[in-house]
Parts: sequence; C-alpha cells; structure tokens
Amino acid sequence: MTQLIGLYSYWVVIVLMMAGLYIMIARYNLVKKVIGLGLFQTSIFYLYITMGKVEGGTAPILVEGKELVYSNPLPHVLILTAIVVGVATSAVALALIVRIHETYGSIEEDEIKDIEAMEPDA
Amino acid sequence: MTEQLPALQILITMLAAPVCVLVRHAKVSWAIAFGANVFAFWVAWQLLLQVQDTGAIRYALGGWAAPTGIEYYIDTVNAAIVMLVAGISSVVLLYAYSSVSKAIPKAKHYLFYAAWLLCVTGLMGIVITGDAFNVFVFLEVSSLATYMLISFGDDRRALTASFRYLILGSVGASFILIGIGFLYAATGTLNMIDLAERIPDSQSQRAVLVAFSFITIGVLIKAAVFPLHAWLPNAYTYAPVAVTAFLAGTATKVSLYVLLRFFFSVFGEDYSFGQLFLNGILLPAAIGGFLLMSLVAVFQTDLRRMLAYSSVAQIGYIVAGFSMASQAGLAAGIVHIVNHALIKASLFMAVGCIIYRVGHAHIPSLDNLFKRMPFTCVAFMLSGAGLIGIPLTVGFVSKFTLIGAAMDEGWWLLAALILISSLLAVIYIGRVVEIMLFRQSREGGQASTGMAEAPLSMLIPMYALVIVALYFGIYGSETLGVANEAALQLLGGFK
Amino acid sequence: MNPLWALVPPLAVIPFILLLGEKRKNWREVSILVAGVALFLINKSIYNDLMAGGTPQSGEIGLLADYTLKLSAEPMGVMFGLLASFLWVVTTVYSIGYMRGHHEINQTRFYTCFAIALAAVMGAAYADNLLTLFVAYEVITISTFPLVTHAGGVDAKKAGRVYLGILMTTSIGFLLPAIVWTATVGSSLDFVPGGVLADSGLSNGAMACLLGLFVFGIAKAGIMPFHRWLPAAMVAPTPVSALLHAVAVVKTGVFSLLKIVTYTFGIDTVVGSGAAQWFLPVAAFTVIVSSIVAFTKDNLKARLAYSTISQLSYIVMAALLATVMSVSGGVLHIVMHAFGKITLFFCAGAILVALHKSEISKLDGIGRRMPITMGAFFIGAVSIIGLPPAGGVWSKLLIAGGSLDTGTIIWASVLMLSTLLNIAYLLPIPLRAFFKPDPSLAPGEKATLQEAPPACLWAIVLTAFTCLLLFVYPQPLTELIGLIQWR
Repeated sequence: MTQLIGLYSYWVVIVLMMAGLYIMIARYNLVKKVIGLGLFQTSIFYLYITMGKVEGGTAPILVEGKELVYSNPLPHVLILTAIVVGVATSAVALALIVRIHETYGSIEEDEIKDIEAMEPDA
Repeated sequence: MTEQLPALQILITMLAAPVCVLVRHAKVSWAIAFGANVFAFWVAWQLLLQVQDTGAIRYALGGWAAPTGIEYYIDTVNAAIVMLVAGISSVVLLYAYSSVSKAIPKAKHYLFYAAWLLCVTGLMGIVITGDAFNVFVFLEVSSLATYMLISFGDDRRALTASFRYLILGSVGASFILIGIGFLYAATGTLNMIDLAERIPDSQSQRAVLVAFSFITIGVLIKAAVFPLHAWLPNAYTYAPVAVTAFLAGTATKVSLYVLLRFFFSVFGEDYSFGQLFLNGILLPAAIGGFLLMSLVAVFQTDLRRMLAYSSVAQIGYIVAGFSMASQAGLAAGIVHIVNHALIKASLFMAVGCIIYRVGHAHIPSLDNLFKRMPFTCVAFMLSGAGLIGIPLTVGFVSKFTLIGAAMDEGWWLLAALILISSLLAVIYIGRVVEIMLFRQSREGGQASTGMAEAPLSMLIPMYALVIVALYFGIYGSETLGVANEAALQLLGGFK
Repeated sequence: MNPLWALVPPLAVIPFILLLGEKRKNWREVSILVAGVALFLINKSIYNDLMAGGTPQSGEIGLLADYTLKLSAEPMGVMFGLLASFLWVVTTVYSIGYMRGHHEINQTRFYTCFAIALAAVMGAAYADNLLTLFVAYEVITISTFPLVTHAGGVDAKKAGRVYLGILMTTSIGFLLPAIVWTATVGSSLDFVPGGVLADSGLSNGAMACLLGLFVFGIAKAGIMPFHRWLPAAMVAPTPVSALLHAVAVVKTGVFSLLKIVTYTFGIDTVVGSGAAQWFLPVAAFTVIVSSIVAFTKDNLKARLAYSTISQLSYIVMAALLATVMSVSGGVLHIVMHAFGKITLFFCAGAILVALHKSEISKLDGIGRRMPITMGAFFIGAVSIIGLPPAGGVWSKLLIAGGSLDTGTIIWASVLMLSTLLNIAYLLPIPLRAFFKPDPSLAPGEKATLQEAPPACLWAIVLTAFTCLLLFVYPQPLTELIGLIQWR
C-alpha cells in the first residue's frame, strides 16, 4: 500500500501521459492534438524532476563549511533543455496549423482528409 | 587543430545556420550552406582516417571530462555514417539550387537553407555523440528542421504530411526521452560508455527493461521501420524533391545507426538478443517491411510515393541484417545503409529532374520520356538497377552479403523471402523503365519534342552520386571492409 | 596474354561508334571491323599461350569481401571466346549489308549495345569464378534488352517484357541463391578442376537442389519451362538473332552450365550424388517438345528459335550426363551448332532483305532466285541435323556416345528421335525452295537472280563453308578440348 501511495508522483506521470496520448489519438482537431502532445511531454518532464528529488534536499548551492543534502541537479538541467525543445515543437506545430488553416480552411483532420481525398494523385 | 575535429564537425554547420538567416539572400545563403557542408564532409573524412589510424576517439566537449561533461565518441561505425551524411547533404545541396529556385519562392530561400543546415547538424550530432541525452537533443534539432523542410513542398498536402510527421516524430522522440530517463534512474549516468558498463550490474533491471522498450519503439518510429512507417510515404511524396533526396539518404539511416548503437554498444548484444529475443520483434518487422512494402510500391502511380514505399522496404533489409546479430549480418546491414543511401538519393534526384522539366511524377504519363531526358532516365535506370540488386551496382553487394549472412545462420526462409522481394523490385522498377522507354500505344503518346534535359547543375551532382555508387558496386570490398570492421567493433562493445 | 585484353576491343570501339555516328557510317563500320579482328587476334594469342602450356590470367577486383572479379583462360573459355569473336567479325560484315538493305533505324545504338554485349560475352568466356560469370551473365541480359526491343513498337515492348522478365526472374530467383549457397558451403567460388563441392557435406538431396537452382537459374540455356524468352527475342533485327540468340547469349547459358558442372560441382560429384537424374528428363523433354513445336511454326525465325532451344538442351543433357565424353561433346556442340545455326539465321535475314518473306509457306521456288543463300541453308541444316559432311555430326556422336556410358539407351534414343524431327522440320525448307514451282512466276518464265546484298552473301558463304571445314578438320577444337582438366 505504501508503495502505491508512496510513489504517487509516478501515478501523476502515468495519468498525464495517458491523457496526452489519448488526446493525440482520439481528437481530430489539430490544435487539440498539439495540446495532447504538450501534455505528454510535460509528463516526461515531471518524470525526470521527481527522479532527481532527494528527501529533505534543497537547492544544490554549495556553502562553505556546511554539509548539505541537495537534490540531484542534473535532471533539472536536462529538463530545461527538453522544455526548450518542447516549446519549439509546439511553435512549429502551431505555425503549421496556421498554414493548414490558410490553405484548407479547416483544422479538423477528418475534414482535411475529405478534401485531400478529392485531390488528384500527388 | 586535428584534436578539435569532432567539435568542428558540428560547429561549422550549426553556426552557418544563423548566418544564413542574417544575410537573407538566396544565393549567398546557398553558398554558405554548401561551403559549410563541404567542410563538414572534409572533417568527417579526416575523422574516418584518424579513427582507422589510431582507434576510437573520445572527445570531451568544452574540456569537461566524461561523466560530468558531454563526450563525443567516434569509431569506425559513426565516422563512416557521418561522412555519408555530410557527403550526401553536400551533393544534394549542390543539386538543390536549381530545383529549389523553381519550387520555392525566392524570399524564403534563406530560411530553407538555414533549416537544412540545422537538420544536417542534428543528424551529424546524433551520430558522433557519446551521450545518451545529447542524442535526444540532436534528434529534436534535426526533426524540427525536417518538419520545416517538408512543409516547404509546393503541394498543400506537404503541410499535413509535415504535421503528421511532427506528431508521430515527437511521440517517437519523447519515447526515447522516457527511455533515457529510466536508464539514468537505473544507472546514474548518461554517458554511453558508462551506461554500457553499469547496465549489467544495475540493481533495477526492470527499469532497464522499460528503458529498452521505450527506446526501441521510439527509434523504430524515427527509422520508419515497418509497421511504424506511416509518416514516411506522405512526407517523402510532398516534400520538395531535394529535401526528399536528402532525407532518404540520411535521416532514416541515422536513426538506424542509433538503433545499432543502443542495441549493440549500450545494452550489448547479449542483453538485446540473448535475453530479450529482440529478433522476435525485428525479424517479423523486417520481413513484413520488405515484402509488403515492395508489393505496395508496385501499385503506386506517383513515382515519389513508389520510391518512398521502396525505402521502407529497403529499411526492412537493413533491419533484417541487424536482427541476425552476427558479424556477417551486421556488416550486410551497415553496408546497405551506405549503399541504399546512395541509391535512393540519386533516384530521388532523378525524380527531381523529371519534375523540373515535366512538372509532375505521375508514372503513367512519363511514357517515352527517354527520348526527351535520356541522361536523367539513364541515371534512374542505373540506380534502379541498384535497388533490384543487379551485379556491378551497390545493391548487389549488399544483397549478396545479406543473403549469404542469412544462409550462414541457416535462415533459408529469410533468404528466399529476400529474393522474392527483389523480384518485386524488378517489377516496380521495370514498370517505370518500360514506360520511360516505350510509347504506350501504337499511335500517339507524347510527341517527341526533342531533348529537354534538366540543367547541368542538377545533372552533375546526380551523376556524381551515380558514379560513386557504381564505383562501390565494382569495388565493393572497400565498403564491405569498413562495414566488417564496424560490425566487429559493435559486437565487441566499447573499448 | 592477359585475358582482360579481350574486353578492350569491344569497349574501346564504343566511343568510335558514338562519335562517328550515322553520318560517317562507313568509318563507323570500319572501326567495328577493326575491333572485331583485333578481338579475334587477342583470343588467338590467348589460345597460343594456352597451347604452349601457359595459364593466362588477369588481376583481381574485390567486388565483395571475400570474392573477386577475375579472368583467366581455360580450354572451354578459349574456345568460346574464339568462336564469339570470329562470328562477331562475320556478323558485322553481314549486318552492314542487312541493316542498310533493311533501312533499320538507330543503328548507332544498335552497334553500341552489340559491342557491350560482346564485351560481356568475353567476360563470361574467361570468368575465373562464379561471381565473375554471374556479373557477365547479367550484363549480357541487360545490354541485349535494347537490341531485342530495337523496333520500339508495342510488339517489341511486349517481347522485351518477356525477355527481361524471364531472364531476370530466373537469374535473381535461382542463380543468385545458388551462387550464394555455393559460397556458403563450398570451399570457394573459383572454377577449380574437380569442383569445390566435393567436401561440402551436402546430402544428395541438397546437391540435387543446388544443381536444380543452377539448371533453371541459367535460363539462357533455354530449358523448359523458362524458354519463352528466346522466341520472344526474335522480334529483334536478324543480326541480333543470328549472333546473340543463336550464338553468344544462348551459348553463354550452356557454356556456364558446362563450366559449373565441370569446375564447380566436378563431374564425379554430379555422377556420385545422382543429382542430375532429376533434371535429365527435363532436358530430354525440352529436346523433343521444342522440336515438335518447331515443326508447327510457319515463321522461319520462330522455327529456328525453337530449333535452337532443342539444340541447347542437347548441351544441357551433355552437361548433366557428366561423363568426360559427353561434356566434351557438349563443348564441341557449342561450336558446331553455332556455325550451323548462324548460317540458317543469316539465310533467313537474307531472304527477308531480298524478297521480304518471313513465312516458310511462301518460300516455294525461291531457290532459283537465291541459289547461294538456299545452298548455304541446306549445308547449315545438314550440320544442325548432324549428318556428314558437316561438323555437327561429331558433337552429336560424342554426346550420344557419352550417354551410353550411363548404362541406359534412353538418352541416346532421345537424341536419335530428335534427329529425325530435325530432318522433318529443317530439310523441307531448302527442298521447297529448290523443287517446288515459284507461284509468282508464270509457267515457263525464268526466275531472275535476286540475291541478298554482297556483304550478306560473303558472310553466309563463309559460315557455311566453315560447317563443312569442321567436318574434315575438327582437330584444333578436339586438341583444345583435350586440354580440359576434368579432375
């Protein structure tokens, strides 16, 4: 039981991740897909952050003459990078959606598919 | 200077990208991009020589030694692949100028070349880095640039193709990220060499297993291994042809390299194939890939789409080679990475020449094209012969090695299936060649309007690749020698 | 002399063909003739080296990790090389007359592909290992495709599809795995007297499978059911049919098979494992059935094509019987049949150029208009049937004699039955031409002489004469065959 509750942060990760994946798969709206992707990526950031947590640890700032317990800073650094990547991905995705909206007049995937089906071969 | 080569490999192209954006001039930015690529190719060549001379190079980026800093690790495998990436990129860039001038508005050229440079940087970075997290970062750099490059296609379906690839590709990359996170949790390191040492003794083998599964699926998506290839046909079909030629020669190949690196170097052959029976997944995927996708290719009406499906099929051959986990099989897979890159890039370049003149790549309307574009058609046939595996082409070298490796393993069925799929290649290439050579009906067809070849600036780079491919088709022992060495190093783990 | 030189003349002449082009076609054809003579002299010099006890060989190119491209001369190859180069000269003379008389288009492309095919045939003749042979084999297939589809129409396209389809499918589907398999189990891919499979540990069944892959993989040998490409190839201009589809291409097929039986399996292994007994009936079936099919064809070239299929299977049978005598007969038959069949094809082309006739039923009485051509046709037919005084009799005797060594008379009787069929489908043609009245002439009117262009005639007379010469003087060939190391 303690294992189930004690590792609650992982439950959060799993729920977020599955929610994100589900949105990406089940929603036709392209913006919602991007939201799902964002959720999915956020869950991974969360996974990394919780990994680095040390109980009772503080920020890893070394102070002369003091023995400090501090959280592992590396995952934080990694996730900073990953956040940047995630932002960039969302930006590119949204830019694409804008262009899709301009040319197709829709951002619903099923409608776009219908329009594409009418077009001639490549 | 020479000891800084690994950093230069990435740096020049990376810095050239913002310079392109700053100058905002079509021709100048093209020249910058081309120059940077040629330089990268030269660096890669030097690295390969150095590696063959002195053994694997470990380069601490920024002077921060291994566990703290990021390390670049270069041995024969990735030196060869970096050289391939830089080489194909340079040649295709040379070709791209005319092709892109026609397909993309001039005002956007500088962005196009900047994205190209970032893409190359990412691909080369993935290959030479020795740090697992760094792989993810470079993967995303190249992927984001790729989405952008694809969306430059002049058909509006390029946008949706790019978007779909973005969603799938991001999921794939995120899977890799999850896997790397679990690896870090299990071992406390991100350096590949340390990982390889610590994984066997890790206390949490379950985390390692989870990491392994996530990384495998993630990389298989990026490498477009059947049945995770859904993004590839549309992306290849609607992207600007120069981009397709470049991606077909490099992007999936780099992902396959990541596969090799993780399966054989990081997790180790014993773990991947001995304990987890990875070939139970890889082999069906490979066979399904080369059989079904070759079959699908037979029925395509668009030349680009046909070649895209054929790409998925060829990736199947490569994965089949990997799944044997023997030296011969690995060597066959590695040599086919190089050979298929050469073949497919030149094929797509030929398609680009056709589109440049004819305006489309609809196979049934290409009849009697040989009269109008003999040089392009000859290049297409020579490379197409490589796809089939006719002797004196590179395709023969890889196919012979691959079938030989399968027979060595006693996998007779696999050997037979590879041959069947080669025969399918005879059909889909032969069909196009036949249409190019002959009129469709007794009367009519395209009136012969005299020669109308693509410009020399496109023909020369295309023939450069074709000739390189022919050279390695005749002197196949050279590429095979490198591939064998690479296979030995992979099976031997990090030294 | 290094056998690599044999590739030089046909390749070196290509730039000349392309540069001189249609406008200076006299010079173009002179350059081809010079190359042909040079090639023949090179082959002759290799022959002299071999007879003097040398083993001329070339350097190596590492095509694959453990396997190389290499040329070397051995008796069978020298004989094939001499044959092909000699007939190339003759065919060039002939096609100068034919192509102009028939006003063919794209002659530059025609001669270029022809030269490439010849170079590849030289490569096959002097191949030192299976890999080299396979490479040459495929190059021949591809370089002859433009020749088969020369006319460019819908029929040519259809024929080209059959041609390339069958030859490619069999070579990739059967021959390639056979070679890879040999590489995996055998000691090497080299052609070694006695073969490389003796200690391979293959069971008799596996050995039979491997042999089967070779027999059916080499579809150029025309064994049924993979024979249909040969009749299809007959849409090509007659010089192509004559040199390539009666001599160079098809003979590459049977030549490869003879070499594989002798130098890859070793005749003792073939006999010892009993592998051949599964395929001998197929070859015998091909001999008989294609003779019967030839009988039903009214188109002269089609009849000759089926006759070729039948004659090729003689050689396949000779290879599969795998006795010294029969294989020697097979090698000899390559030459004998080549001269006989090329004469017949030359005649068919001459009739087409001079009288525009291609159907046998319309040849009544033409012997008085084309006496030289039809006389030569008669000699060629006699040689194919295997009657004195033409050379064909020697090879047929050797094969039949060799087949008796196996202790059964079945194979010999197949050969005899086929001889009867040969008589039935070949001899009526000259007989018709000479003895039936010409329907286009009024009774009593005298036929005017209407021979083919002189260049064609010279070629025809030369090959017909050689058929006769080989009957009285086959010694150079038999001496060469005597040099083959069987074990």
